[in-house]
Amino acid sequence: MAIAIAVVILIIGSVLFHFWSPWWLTPIASNWGMIDDTINLTFAVTGFVFVAVNGFLAYVIIRYRHRDDKRATYEPENKKLEWWLIGLTTVGVAALLAPGLVVWAKLVDVPEDAAQVEVVGQQWHWSFRYPGADGVLGKVNSRLVNEDNPFGMNPDDPAGRDDILVRGNELRLPLDEPVKLLLRSKDVLHNFAVAQFRVKMDLVPGMVPYLWFTPTRTGKFDILCEELCGLGHFAMRGHVVIDERDDYEAWLSKQVTFADTLKQTKGDAVAGKILYGTCASCHGQGGQGNVALNAPKLSGQSGWYMTGQLKNFKSGVRGADENDPYGQQMAQMTALLYDDKAISDVAAYIRTLPDTPAPTTLESAAAKGAQIYSTCAACHGSNGQGISAMNAPRLAGMSDWYLVTQLNNFKAGVRGSHEQDKYGPQMLLMTSMLKNEQMVTDLVAYINTLGKPE
Amino acid sequence: MTQVAHDETAFAPPAEVEEVELYHPKTFIGKYIWSQDAKVIAIQYSITAIGIGLVALVLSGIMRLQLGFPDTFSFIDPSSYIQNVTIHGMIMVIYLLTALFLGGFGNYLIPLMVGARDMVFPYVNMISYWVYLAAVLVLVASFFAPGGATGAGWTLYPPQAILPGTPGSDWGIVLMLISLALFIVGFTMGGLNYVVTVLQARTRGMSLMRMPLTIWGIFMATILALLAFPALFVSAIMMILDQTIGTSFFMPAVVSMGEQLDYDGGSPILFQHLFWFFGHPEVYIVALPAFGIVSDLISVHARKNIFGYRMMVWAIIAIGALSFIVWAHHMYVSGMHPYFGFFFATTTLIIAVPTALKVYNWVLTLWKGNIRLTVPMLFAIGFIFTFVNGGITGLFLGNVTVDVALSDTYFVVAHFHMVMAVSPILVVFGAIYHWYPKITGRMLNDTLGKTHFWITFLGTYAIYYPMHYLGILGVPRRYYANGVTDFIPESAQSLNAGITVAALIVGVAQLIFIYNLIISYSRGKEAGGNPWEATTLEWQTPDTPPKHGNFGDELPVVYRWAYDYGVPGAELDYIPQNQPPRPTSTDSEA
Repeated sequence: MAIAIAVVILIIGSVLFHFWSPWWLTPIASNWGMIDDTINLTFAVTGFVFVAVNGFLAYVIIRYRHRDDKRATYEPENKKLEWWLIGLTTVGVAALLAPGLVVWAKLVDVPEDAAQVEVVGQQWHWSFRYPGADGVLGKVNSRLVNEDNPFGMNPDDPAGRDDILVRGNELRLPLDEPVKLLLRSKDVLHNFAVAQFRVKMDLVPGMVPYLWFTPTRTGKFDILCEELCGLGHFAMRGHVVIDERDDYEAWLSKQVTFADTLKQTKGDAVAGKILYGTCASCHGQGGQGNVALNAPKLSGQSGWYMTGQLKNFKSGVRGADENDPYGQQMAQMTALLYDDKAISDVAAYIRTLPDTPAPTTLESAAAKGAQIYSTCAACHGSNGQGISAMNAPRLAGMSDWYLVTQLNNFKAGVRGSHEQDKYGPQMLLMTSMLKNEQMVTDLVAYINTLGKPE
Repeated sequence: MTQVAHDETAFAPPAEVEEVELYHPKTFIGKYIWSQDAKVIAIQYSITAIGIGLVALVLSGIMRLQLGFPDTFSFIDPSSYIQNVTIHGMIMVIYLLTALFLGGFGNYLIPLMVGARDMVFPYVNMISYWVYLAAVLVLVASFFAPGGATGAGWTLYPPQAILPGTPGSDWGIVLMLISLALFIVGFTMGGLNYVVTVLQARTRGMSLMRMPLTIWGIFMATILALLAFPALFVSAIMMILDQTIGTSFFMPAVVSMGEQLDYDGGSPILFQHLFWFFGHPEVYIVALPAFGIVSDLISVHARKNIFGYRMMVWAIIAIGALSFIVWAHHMYVSGMHPYFGFFFATTTLIIAVPTALKVYNWVLTLWKGNIRLTVPMLFAIGFIFTFVNGGITGLFLGNVTVDVALSDTYFVVAHFHMVMAVSPILVVFGAIYHWYPKITGRMLNDTLGKTHFWITFLGTYAIYYPMHYLGILGVPRRYYANGVTDFIPESAQSLNAGITVAALIVGVAQLIFIYNLIISYSRGKEAGGNPWEATTLEWQTPDTPPKHGNFGDELPVVYRWAYDYGVPGAELDYIPQNQPPRPTSTDSEA
């Protein structure tokens, strides 16, 4: 008897939960309201079946419970009843399938006027490519991918020259205009998913799947990778901003084209030396750092990272948080670097400074940190040497106290939570694995033991 | 056989195959270790499967701790999290459920229920178990290999499975693939046995359309497995080659961690097709034995014939056949040609029809029955309820359009746990409570059994029902941490914590079951030969537990189908399959 009551309670509970659940489809932001309709239709049909079948089950359990003086009815078959049930089920299934297929036909039929944008996935970042003025995406080849050509652009294809390359996890699209996203992966499977758009599709190396939609409201939405792509899978995120046409164009015009990236010159270390004079007062003449002044070691750090962080400080992406006093100080100092050239010059000069390992300040067992570091190694390299393709700076031989401060800053959201921060949010997620102070210390103590890069 | 199976009839053809004298083991080792007795092999399979299943249960507990309380447990990092996800799934699907249903229940029940003395090839049957054990040990060894077990997800998708960035991409994945290959070799030896035994060793009168549905389910599942596992086998071999000597079966040109690799020209999608060509029938390899067994549990404990036996058999066959042409519904968003979506959505929804028919017939079997709410019956009812829920959500995910929104979210996790984890495992429990008296001669403790049932049934529903709604919201699966997003509210974290608490309770409650198994072995109530008053042959053996050779001096002869419960005019409310028809019924009328 209890089981029949339990079944009834579960039926009622499930139905109530369904209607009262605070967790439901996100407010839609694309033209695929039809997908929501099919979901709701499926809920209606199957919900009826759920209540009917289980309700009948509960009734039967009560009505035909065991009695010593009774026997079951002997009825091996009832062809008529069975065929009726098969028929009704077939009708129900067809009623679900038909609209599903109709909508699918629309999903696979891309409008001719849809703009094309390429989404490029790699472990564990997004980047994007727009076709530029000619409206044609230039040829790419994964064999051409390297540090200077992260998109693998073919420099011999004229159509690629004006392609607009957006590195750094932000996609922008104009409102109410259909777009076809071409999905390309450099390494493993990924999946481009935006909950509010409803559509998603895998990125597959070696081929270019696609999806299409029309954004129907402005705003900022998270892009999540939804195909397991390694241990940083959960941290592979970006966002898409839907703008009015004018705002979108204003943004697009500020992005660099492939031709621009070819023209970019290396920093000038001689010019940088003069600029570095100011930095030296805290970071030292040799860039060796000074713990008393909260100035980390700079020498030996990669130029791309140095450049990126200086730009972040300058634009307020980093060092704007009120809980980050030293960051604020640094942000003011970067005002002295008047333009991008000055920044790359000073970074170039820092590359020339002698790279002696920073003195270690931590007393902790390194062994425990080894296990923790195995996760970090996926991006920063097993020797902590840093991997530019992963946007991961060098850690080994740098100031350990600074690593501790920064890990804590990431954990607390002091660093990495600015809207415009391209790669910081990933560290925000990754540091969630450091569940207490001790783990941070153990980890950095282990990093102290790592070999120095040549 | 045009004979209408349930008509009372004297039909029992002459024996086609002469009886063979069995070689009875004489030593302890021959009897219990290197045993060729299907019943002992069944128990070896079951204990190993349950043992490794408990490991997988612990792994799921660790996953739930991280999901429920993401800032608390320092021993769970992103690597170990996805390693746990991977190994939990792999063990549960292959090493627990497949091994337990086919190696465990198949071995124990097939010879007994079809009236055979043993499997047709007892020696091969023995080897089958030891190769399975080796597969399990290689899997366990991968935990301790450098880099740990693979963290590629149980689907092991390349390129990620063999590239750095995924834990265990050196040793872990290779050991995993070797273990799978071994499992398949072992299973094939067992599987051939099951099929041949069903086809060749049925006793006189046991026509195919008189076989209990348990045997139909296991028989069909074995055929599926024999046809499906080779696809996994070749995938495993090819991926081992890709990983070790650098072939490019599944590997296109890729840039990993900023470095150009030498691979070129392979197809990751090809692996997915091969994997799911195995993977979808695998669902039914687990489900069909459960369907069969639960049919028998319901019929016996409702004291009523199974409703629509022939339709049930045809449904099993139809589901088995259809299960080979639905695989790509796992790949709607994989980047395969979108036109596949039309075909696979259609076949997938068609398979819902025979499946729904089975559900109707279970409920209609209870209808006008005389239902004994024994522990096996409770589990059977729990199964029906859970399976209805899990089957229904299959209609969401099978329908390509709906799947696009829900794919790769917790809706999928909730769906497949309902339909192919909780449902079959409820049947496993019901079946163990049902057949334990035959296996040991003693009943399992009823109070412990009911406690175990209630916690498991209600607990698993509390875990998985709300989980669907996280998926509808869009929460992605296989995430170590959700972090901050623009659409996942704080409340989702509270729900996750609640689910974790439910999961831990359910997990710990399984100890009640293990305790019951152990304690009842020596202290359980004496069962007698046929405590449930069932009709099928395993309950008619001269000894309980049955001895080597199963049926004493003479094999039983079958005169009727397996479901003569509540036959009007019969003395008892059940008539065993081997009871000859009464000469009286026609004589007295005459």
